[in-house]
Amino acid sequence: MVNKNARATNPLLGQDHWNIQLDENGRLKHFLTIEGLGSEILTEILDTAENFTSVNNRTVKKVPLLRGKTITNLFFEASTRTRTTFELAAKRLSADVLNINISTSATSKGESLLDTLYNLQAMQTDMFVIRHQDSGAAHFAARHVAPYISVLNAGDGRHAHPTQAMLDMLTIRQKKGHDFSGLRVAIVGDILHSRVARSQIHALNTLNTGEIRVVAPRTLLPADIEKLGVKVHYNLQQGIQDADVVIMLRLQKERMQGAMLPSELEYYQQYGLTSETIKYAKPDAIVMHPGPINRGVEIESCVADGPQSVILEQVSNGIAVRMAVMSMTLGANAGAGTAQTGDDK
Amino acid sequence: MSLSKALIIRQGRVIDPANGLDAVKDVYIKNGHIVAIDDHIDDEKAANAKEIDASGLIVIPGVIDLCARLREPGLEHKATIASETIAASKAGITTLCCPPDTDPVIDETAVVDLINQCVKDAAHSHIVCLGALTSKLKGEHLSEMAALKEAGCIGVSNAKQPITNTLVLRRALEYASSHDLTVFIEPNDPYLSNEGCAHEGAVATRLGLPGIPDAAESTIIARDLELIAEIGARVHFGRLSSARSVSLIEQAQKQGLKVTADVAVHQLFLTEMDLSTYNSHCHVLPPFRELRDRDVLRHAIANGIIQAVCSDHQPHEDDAKLHPFPASEPGISGLETLLPLTLKLVSEETLTWSQAIAALTSTPAKILGLNKGHLSVGATADLVIINPIKDWTLETDNMNSQGKNTPFLGWNFEHQVQQTIINGRLIK
Repeated sequence: MVNKNARATNPLLGQDHWNIQLDENGRLKHFLTIEGLGSEILTEILDTAENFTSVNNRTVKKVPLLRGKTITNLFFEASTRTRTTFELAAKRLSADVLNINISTSATSKGESLLDTLYNLQAMQTDMFVIRHQDSGAAHFAARHVAPYISVLNAGDGRHAHPTQAMLDMLTIRQKKGHDFSGLRVAIVGDILHSRVARSQIHALNTLNTGEIRVVAPRTLLPADIEKLGVKVHYNLQQGIQDADVVIMLRLQKERMQGAMLPSELEYYQQYGLTSETIKYAKPDAIVMHPGPINRGVEIESCVADGPQSVILEQVSNGIAVRMAVMSMTLGANAGAGTAQTGDDK
Repeated sequence: MSLSKALIIRQGRVIDPANGLDAVKDVYIKNGHIVAIDDHIDDEKAANAKEIDASGLIVIPGVIDLCARLREPGLEHKATIASETIAASKAGITTLCCPPDTDPVIDETAVVDLINQCVKDAAHSHIVCLGALTSKLKGEHLSEMAALKEAGCIGVSNAKQPITNTLVLRRALEYASSHDLTVFIEPNDPYLSNEGCAHEGAVATRLGLPGIPDAAESTIIARDLELIAEIGARVHFGRLSSARSVSLIEQAQKQGLKVTADVAVHQLFLTEMDLSTYNSHCHVLPPFRELRDRDVLRHAIANGIIQAVCSDHQPHEDDAKLHPFPASEPGISGLETLLPLTLKLVSEETLTWSQAIAALTSTPAKILGLNKGHLSVGATADLVIINPIKDWTLETDNMNSQGKNTPFLGWNFEHQVQQTIINGRLIK
C-alpha cells in the first residue's frame, strides 16, 4: 500500500531542476518555467491553446476534459487577472476549483508552505496552481508533492511566470505569424523584478525570435542580463527602433522608495510609451502589457487603448493557454493518478 | 578534563608545519602533554603506555576551527555544545572558536560564565569565545571588552552584524587595540546585500534570486583597512568570498598592516552554479560566487594571503531548509567536512600537505593567540590520526552534528579521521 501523503525521500537532492517538469515519456508533468523546454513543447502548448480559443467563443463554453479533477489555486500574492483566468480555465475544463487566498489562510498563523501543501494534498487535490513571493517556490512545491499531482507556476518571486509568457507568444503568433525569426521584440521597464520578462525572454529565444531587446535604466536591469540572450538598451528610442513587438512592463510604485528611480514623471518622460515615442517602432508594431497597467506612468492611455494595443486579447488568450497547460499536464499525469487510486483500495 | 594514561603513537607520518616537521616518528604522550617525539622511542621508556600503531597513517596537530556556531545558548533546537563538540572531536577538530552572536549575545561576563559552565559540563573539545565588539551587537555602544577579556574571551567581533557608523567602528578598533584584543570582522554591507541570497550575476539573474554583489564585501574591507592603517589595530577578516576581497587583503599585507584572513572551506569547492537546482543547502552567506573567485581563494591559501580555513559551521534543524530557497535559513553544517575537504586540495595538488595542515592548525592558533596547533615537546596533546587511503561517503547517517544541512551529502572522500586525541585522551 502506497501512502499518498508520504514525504519524498531526500527531496533536496538528485532531481534535475529542469527535467522535473517532464515525465519519463517527455510529456509535460509540471509547468514551472519555460527554461529547459524545447520548441516542440512550446508549440504544442500554443496549438492546443489555439484549439481551445474556439471553445471560449462558443455559447456553451465548457468541455468535460477534467471532470472529477480538483484544482487548487494557491495564491500567496495578490492577483486578479491571473487567478481569475486560471479559475475560468479550470471551470471550462469541468474541473472543481478551490481558491485559497493566503491573507485569510493558515500561513498568516505561521504555517509553512510545505504544511499548507501537505494539508491540501490530503484533500485529494490533483493540481496546484501556485503564486508565491519567493523565487523557486513552484519548483519547491513540485519536488515535495505526491507524484500524481501537477504543479503550475502562476508566478514565483522574480523567477518565472510561464503561462503569462505563453499567452504572450500566442498573441504574437496570432498577429505576426508562426515564424518568429524575422521579429524584433523589445521589452521595456522593470526587468530586474520581473518574472514575466524572464519567462518571455526564454520563450522568445526558444521560438527562435530574430532579436530580443530589453530597455530600462541600469537600476532596473539585473546583472549579466545579456547572458540570457538579449540586447540591452538604456534609451527608449534606440530600444524600440523598428520593433515589431513592444512589451511594456508595469512599474511598481515601491521602486521610487528604493532609490531606483528619481520620480514617476522622469520615468514617463524617459521610458513611457506615448503616441509620440511609439512612432520609433514599426508602423504595424503591436503593443503588449501583462497588466495591470499604470496609465500615465509607463504607457499613455491613447496607446493602451489604441489600434496597436493587443492588451485585452492577451487576457482572452490567457484562458486558452491555461486550459491548454492544465489539460496537457493532467493528461501526462493521468496514468499515475489511476495507479494511485488502485493502490488505495 | 582529567589526566589520562600514557600513550605512544608508533611510526606515523607526523606533519607539524609549526616545527617544519614531516617525517615518520613515534609520539609519546603523558599527563595530557607531548613528552617526546623521536624516530624510535624505547619500549622501556614507554612502559605502561598504551600503544597505537600509526604506520601508514598521518599524525597532525588537532584542528583549530576559527568559526563554529554551536547554537547554545539560545538555539538549542538546532544544536548544543554537547552535540557539536562530539561531532567536532570525531572530525579531528580539537578547538572551536565561537562568535558572540548567541542568544543572549556574549557582551557581558555573565554570558561568558554561562558558556564556560556549559563547556565544563558538556564539552568534548576545547572551546574559546569571541566577545561582542559592541553592546548587543547593535553597533552603537562599545562592549566592556576589558571585562570580557578577563572572563576569557580571546578576541572581539560584531559577528554578522554590521557597524555602519564609522566613528563607532574607529573607536571600537582603538579600544580593542588598547586592550591587545584582535578584532574579528565578517565584512558585509547590509545596504548592498539588500536581503539578497545569491551572488549577483548570471545565475541569480536566471533564477530570479535577489543578488548580493561582490562590493557588499569588498567596500567594507576597503573602508576598514583605511581605519586599520590609521589606528594600527590587529584585525582578522573572516569568511572571504570574492577575488576582489583577496586583492584588497593582499595589498594591505604588502603595506605591512597587521591583517589576516580566513575562508570557509565550502567556498573552495562550490560556486553559484551549484544553486541552479534551488538546493537550499547551498544557501550560504556570503554566497557562493563565480568559478574565478573560487580559484583565487584557493590560490590565496597557497600564497599565504589567506592564512586559515574554517568550517563556518551553522547547524540547522531539517525544517529550516524546507522552504523555497530565499526563505530557507542560510548556513552549512560544516564541522565534519572541514578536514576531509581541505585535504582534497592536497590530493588535487592545489596545496601541499604542510600548507593544508598549517591552515587548519598552527595559523588559526596564531590568529587566536593560542599556544596550540603544534606538536612541540611540552605542548598540550591535541592530535589527530588520519587514514589517508580510506574511501568513505558523507551521509546523514554517519554525521554526528545535530545539523544534517550540508550540500556535500553523497560526496566521496579519501581521508578519514581514525583517532582524535584531546588532552592526551583518546576520543571514542
